[in-house]
Amino acid sequence: MRTKRMVVAALACFAALGVGAAAQAIRINGAGATFPGPIYTKWFSEYNKLHSNVQINYQPLGSGAGIRQIMEQTVDFGATDGPMTDEQLRGASGRIQHFPTVLGAVVPIYNIPNVTAELKFDGTVLANIFLGKIAKWNDPAIAKLNAGVNLPGTDIVVVHRSEGSGTTYIWVDYLSKISPEFKKTVGVATAVKWPTGVGGKGNEGVSATVKQTPGSIGYVELIFALQNKISYGPVQNAAGEFVKASTQSVTAAAAEAAAKMPPDFRVSITNAPGKGVYPISSFTWILLYENPKDKTKAKALVDFMKWALADGQKFAPDLGYAPLPDGVVKLEMTALAKIKTQ
Amino acid sequence: MNRTRFRKLISSLFVAFCAGAVVIALIPLAFILFFVVSQGVRALNVDFFTRLPQPVGEPGGGMGNAIVGTLIVSGLAAVMAVPIGVISGIYMSEYAGGRFASVTRFAADTLNGVPSIVIGLFAYGVAVMPLRHFSALAGGFALGVMMIPIIARTTEELLLLVPGTIREGALALGATRARAVFSVVLPAALPGIVTGIVLALARIAGETAPLLFTSLNNRFFSTSLTQPISTLTVQVYTYATSPYDDWHRQAWAGALVLVAIVLVCSLLARFATRRLERMHARA
Amino acid sequence: MKSRSPDLGFRLGTGVFAVLLVLIVCGIGVELARVSMPSIQKFGLAFWRTDVWDPVVGDFGALPFIWGTLYSSILALLIATPIAIGIAVFISELCPAVLRQPLMFLTELLAAIPSIVYGLWGIFVLVPAVRSIETSMPEVLRQLPLFSGPPLGLGMLSAALILAVMVIPFSSSVSREVLKSVPAAQREGAYALGATRFEAIRAALFYARTGIVGAVMLGFGRALGETMAVTMVIGNTPQVSLSLFAPQYTMAAVIANEFAEAADDLHLAALVEIGLVLFIITLIVNSFSRLLIWSMARTVSPAAEIPTETAEAAA
Repeated sequence: MRTKRMVVAALACFAALGVGAAAQAIRINGAGATFPGPIYTKWFSEYNKLHSNVQINYQPLGSGAGIRQIMEQTVDFGATDGPMTDEQLRGASGRIQHFPTVLGAVVPIYNIPNVTAELKFDGTVLANIFLGKIAKWNDPAIAKLNAGVNLPGTDIVVVHRSEGSGTTYIWVDYLSKISPEFKKTVGVATAVKWPTGVGGKGNEGVSATVKQTPGSIGYVELIFALQNKISYGPVQNAAGEFVKASTQSVTAAAAEAAAKMPPDFRVSITNAPGKGVYPISSFTWILLYENPKDKTKAKALVDFMKWALADGQKFAPDLGYAPLPDGVVKLEMTALAKIKTQ
Repeated sequence: MNRTRFRKLISSLFVAFCAGAVVIALIPLAFILFFVVSQGVRALNVDFFTRLPQPVGEPGGGMGNAIVGTLIVSGLAAVMAVPIGVISGIYMSEYAGGRFASVTRFAADTLNGVPSIVIGLFAYGVAVMPLRHFSALAGGFALGVMMIPIIARTTEELLLLVPGTIREGALALGATRARAVFSVVLPAALPGIVTGIVLALARIAGETAPLLFTSLNNRFFSTSLTQPISTLTVQVYTYATSPYDDWHRQAWAGALVLVAIVLVCSLLARFATRRLERMHARA
Repeated sequence: MKSRSPDLGFRLGTGVFAVLLVLIVCGIGVELARVSMPSIQKFGLAFWRTDVWDPVVGDFGALPFIWGTLYSSILALLIATPIAIGIAVFISELCPAVLRQPLMFLTELLAAIPSIVYGLWGIFVLVPAVRSIETSMPEVLRQLPLFSGPPLGLGMLSAALILAVMVIPFSSSVSREVLKSVPAAQREGAYALGATRFEAIRAALFYARTGIVGAVMLGFGRALGETMAVTMVIGNTPQVSLSLFAPQYTMAAVIANEFAEAADDLHLAALVEIGLVLFIITLIVNSFSRLLIWSMARTVSPAAEIPTETAEAAA
């Protein structure tokens, strides 16, 4: 009898907690790219401090997951660095709009025992490494770019993403522009068939694997290399300069973006022409339905986006991202107005 | 050497091998416990139990929401699994000779052996897709499905262990079958059944795979049943596969909490079983 | 017959829950088959033997995952079985009575440790240790296909080792129960004839051989479905390779990694079909092992019920 009463009491507690907690807060769920993970989680945390009733729960599962979950409508917004394909957009149950939030860079990270110098890379060398054609660190192609560095004869261990990833998209998009063979063998998508290497989950997993595996090379968003103090090198851009990723070089890559921005904001800025440009830069997008079912959440999200495009941008440089060009922000504010919030 | 000495030598070697096997098996256990305790204790502080995770890359914060989440999801699983498991167990023990009881037994054993990731797929199809929402309920459903066969089989066996004289005595006094079972037989087996439930809870509290795409994860403190919820196991997984040292330390602390839960439940179960055996021995 | 209808009510009332249990199991199979239909229709039986996993072009084959799952589980079994049987024999036959309970408790503890904790220990302790073993392997052995490839630490060897540790307590506790059911007459007869301990135990093991095989297969079934610990140490690369050093992939691991984001329906169907394959394989292995254990119970005595489930529930 006592146990029965305890069980009923416990159930009542659960019910009360559930009801009480749901009454006040607006809870929004999103999933997607790990590339902007650090800045998104920073934004949502800061925004929650300003508007304590809006809780935006973001799960960095990878861009592929972001696209899939928003299409299934199991989350309120998606996030991706690889824009949705026309086919995917057609498969969604409503119109989905892309909204660029911030600019970032994908850098080649490496872990070579006894090598502390900064290694220079160019697109062809990177493509051949990831195709498996360059197998050892002291290969002449790498040595040519890095005269004077004592490269060991260790095997190169390629680390890529094990799941669908926008970071992968940016990386293979760039390599496909440089190397026709890479384009044919691997192609451009969020999940590709890698000719060689091991898989890590998320930008986090790739960073962790490279950090722990001697002789490895991988690709991650700049902040992950900085926060984990992993070596990364400059890459040769279209103008022939070797440029290291930074807020300035990424901003330079997007200089012409505002003028050439398509109405749906899906654009690639890898291998952009110009001086001081970092060639593996990209926008990252948040995916929203133009006519969402839950109007309260939609309004909260639109308000958040307006904050992110204005005040939120100031957090970008500290975390290694670059703020959006003003021209792009203006275009987005107009596009945000099209989201039906009532 | 003569035949007998050779045989004795083989026998001693065999005994040594068996003892060695025990030692070999206990080495990883010692290793794991040592690492979990030594690494986990360092990150275990008040913050860990009360604070929320920080934004990606910022040190500090804790797993307060994950601990609460694990309790909630396990509780949901128990609420679902205990009635179905216990009553199926009663059916299987009362009608043990029947054909359908054998079918049920086979189903329970099969369910016990289904990999937890497959149960996660099932729960996604049944509890997430129709509602278009990741939720604590879906996570509880997945874990509940895993608990049902354990509780059912334990209940069945314990009920069968209750001496027939007890049930027959109740029936002889004119009780209906239902009355006999619920008022007399079940209470006799209750301590054992509760032990089985506690062990099943300990087992599912440590599951990760079925929660990955049912309850997902949540950065915030949430007790809502229809929202994604943070759980200790998923959080440890996320932190372990990250590159941040601070997160690694918190992952060890989370592992320590999980192992502590399991240890406490196992000890409780052993203690309860010992008392039960003593009770039955006296009776 | 006044007492009939309450009893009938009781039977139906409890029976409903039993039916629910059966329905859940059938439901799993049905749901998996339903969602994977597009993949089944497109690839047919070739799915089971094609070595390709290309989400870009939509070409999927389960062979690398079936290979990885079977290879890692069989290796784990080879390592774990002698140790599990050794432990079972020691605890049930050889050890001093005072050690029995503590040892049983410790093996239960090994089984109760959550797989994520094994995975955590695997990443930070086992993988670096395996990596140093791999790097210190002499060059002449490296030429063998069994040891070829760069020394990553992550790979088949780490996965097999971790699975072995996880399977040991499972197999050993069921083996122990099986050994307990061997009639004392068998052992006493052997001793009466002058057998050494080894010979008497060997006789008991031979007598219980079907049950022991069943216990071992139960451990095999457990290894097949293990997800978290394996995915954290195996390297997550779909390839069919004999090398212990090579990173590979298992069925459970690929589902865990790719499910949340299989953006197109065919990819999703292929993943669920892999889940279906896993479900069927574990179903067959587990049913067969239970059959073996049960048939052993029958030879011992028709009425004896080997409480394997309590052992498993406790494990």
